[in-house]
Amino acid sequence: MSNQGKMDCGRRRLVVATAAVGGAGAVAALVPFVSSLLPSERAKAAGAPVEVDISKLESGQMMTVEWRGKPVWIINRTKEMMDTLPKLADAVADPKSEKNQQPAYAQNDTRSIKPEIMVVVGICTHLGCSPSQKFKAGAEEGMPGEWLGGFLCPCHGSTFDFAGRVYKSKPAPTNLEVPPHVYLADTRILIGEDKKGA
Amino acid sequence: MAAGNFEKYKSDGSLAGNALEWVDARFPATSLWKGHLSEYYAPKNFNFWYFFGSLALLVLVIQIVTGIFLVMHYKPDAALNANGVPIAFASVEYIMRDVAGGWLIRYMHSTGASAFFIVVYLHMFRGLLYGSYRKPRELTWLFGVGIFLVLMGEAFFGYLLPWGQMSVWGAQVIVNLFSAIPVIGPDLSLIIRGDFVVGDATLNRFFSFHVIAFPLVLIGLVAAHVLALHETGSNNPDGVEIKANIGADGHPVDGIPFHPYYTVKDIVGVIVFLMVFSAVMFWAPEGGGYFLETPNFYPADPLKTPPHIAPVWYFTPFYSILRAVTFPLFGLDAKFWGVVAMGASVVIFAFLPWLDRSPVKSIRYRGPIYKTLLSIFVVVFIVLGYLGTLSPSPIGELVSQICSVFYFGFFLAMPWWSRMDKFKPVPDRVTFK
Repeated sequence: MSNQGKMDCGRRRLVVATAAVGGAGAVAALVPFVSSLLPSERAKAAGAPVEVDISKLESGQMMTVEWRGKPVWIINRTKEMMDTLPKLADAVADPKSEKNQQPAYAQNDTRSIKPEIMVVVGICTHLGCSPSQKFKAGAEEGMPGEWLGGFLCPCHGSTFDFAGRVYKSKPAPTNLEVPPHVYLADTRILIGEDKKGA
Repeated sequence: MAAGNFEKYKSDGSLAGNALEWVDARFPATSLWKGHLSEYYAPKNFNFWYFFGSLALLVLVIQIVTGIFLVMHYKPDAALNANGVPIAFASVEYIMRDVAGGWLIRYMHSTGASAFFIVVYLHMFRGLLYGSYRKPRELTWLFGVGIFLVLMGEAFFGYLLPWGQMSVWGAQVIVNLFSAIPVIGPDLSLIIRGDFVVGDATLNRFFSFHVIAFPLVLIGLVAAHVLALHETGSNNPDGVEIKANIGADGHPVDGIPFHPYYTVKDIVGVIVFLMVFSAVMFWAPEGGGYFLETPNFYPADPLKTPPHIAPVWYFTPFYSILRAVTFPLFGLDAKFWGVVAMGASVVIFAFLPWLDRSPVKSIRYRGPIYKTLLSIFVVVFIVLGYLGTLSPSPIGELVSQICSVFYFGFFLAMPWWSRMDKFKPVPDRVTFK
């Protein structure tokens, strides 16, 4: 070609400017695609609170309700279960519930509003499996002999006591989460909200 | 100007010849056929290890064809039907029970998934045996590693679709792994799930990835893998370059045309493969609980994790490496380093062309160091795979930690040990009985 070696600077600037504008447009076009991957408005709105009647929940029993697609356990703890909690203060990672895994009104020795009624999200804080019940103390359910009862996550072996507190040196980094909840009446709990009619 | 196909390929005067000449003037039909099949010269000393590349292509075709037919009846919907069963799970049961031939198509697809990984692992091992990743075939190897990564994603997305207990809880654990990445982790896992839990949004996007995005990328990478291979020419069990010895006809003296010689030979491999494949498909489609895991015959229950969850067998070696990391490092917790180790254990294969410094390619001319270490590597890979299917235990943890150290040591120390071996002289020509 005849003009080889000679650079047309004006044309080159135009090429660079066109490429820059086109590139910016291409990046901008990514926005709707990436944002469509985020939870939709419907998914965000689906966190409606759940009302639970616990009048038939006998001492020592546990029931599971679904809230935001997750299992929430309600455990009516017996006196023996309650007695295990102070004994485990040295065995669990966060005995005083200092990490923010519960509302302020559940940051106490039993991690609950009413001492015997435990309300907790049944999702392991490690990788999101749901721990299984190992309520019987001792080796009866395949646990070590000194086991006092609680929960075992089947996926990676994290163990939790009757207040959802994680044992030391387990994969799960924190205690199980206590969801916001409120007593509408003596035996009716609203899970997902703190205040009546709020 | 180079001669166009119109000048190169002339009709013999027959009707078919005229038609082909017309096509060749407009599309490189004859030159593609010759370049990749009838005049692609492959070394004449291929052994049975060279079946697995063409078998991988066969399984890809099986997966695409069966997949097309499964999508005609499958519904990616996590909502419950009138019987309280998730629609996705029910549609798979519908395929199994009510669609004529549906059970067979589904078992072809599920057996095909495991067969794909068996064939690909053997194909990769062939590369390790004969140094197929060495110069000048680095790009062929890199495209292959890409295929392996995409295949893992494809299998992971596909496993969610039946919406059984293992589908959902397996996906829950793997997606939560990404949340361990500092800063971007929690948002990343939210973007993958599309919801705060593994739910309908997750099922629909995994379906989209499984049937559209990943197969397209996979086919593109397979094409690149074959094109790169045909550019350099195939390696062989002796690891000598047949292009170094060109005969009077302009073709490698140790090469034979891929078609008809290797197409016919590969048909033998295809027949043996299909015999084994059919036996599994008809008599043991669950593969002893390894191909289809028992908890996946229960519909997904977001409130209850199965008592024992494990990935499908082809992920377990890498899953064991993930679980082997149980200690925090540099202020980041063990979960994050586990993810890093698992990712690294897969990606490290991509560095093989530059880690291996031995002067010879093939194991035939390498010494005892390579033979010993490669044998241990195979054992370690299988042990890791077996441990990954088991529940966590202290002894399993220790063994998988020892195996993981060897696994990474094998690769990372390769630049040193691969040079120290006792090598045998490499012949100029391929050896052939």
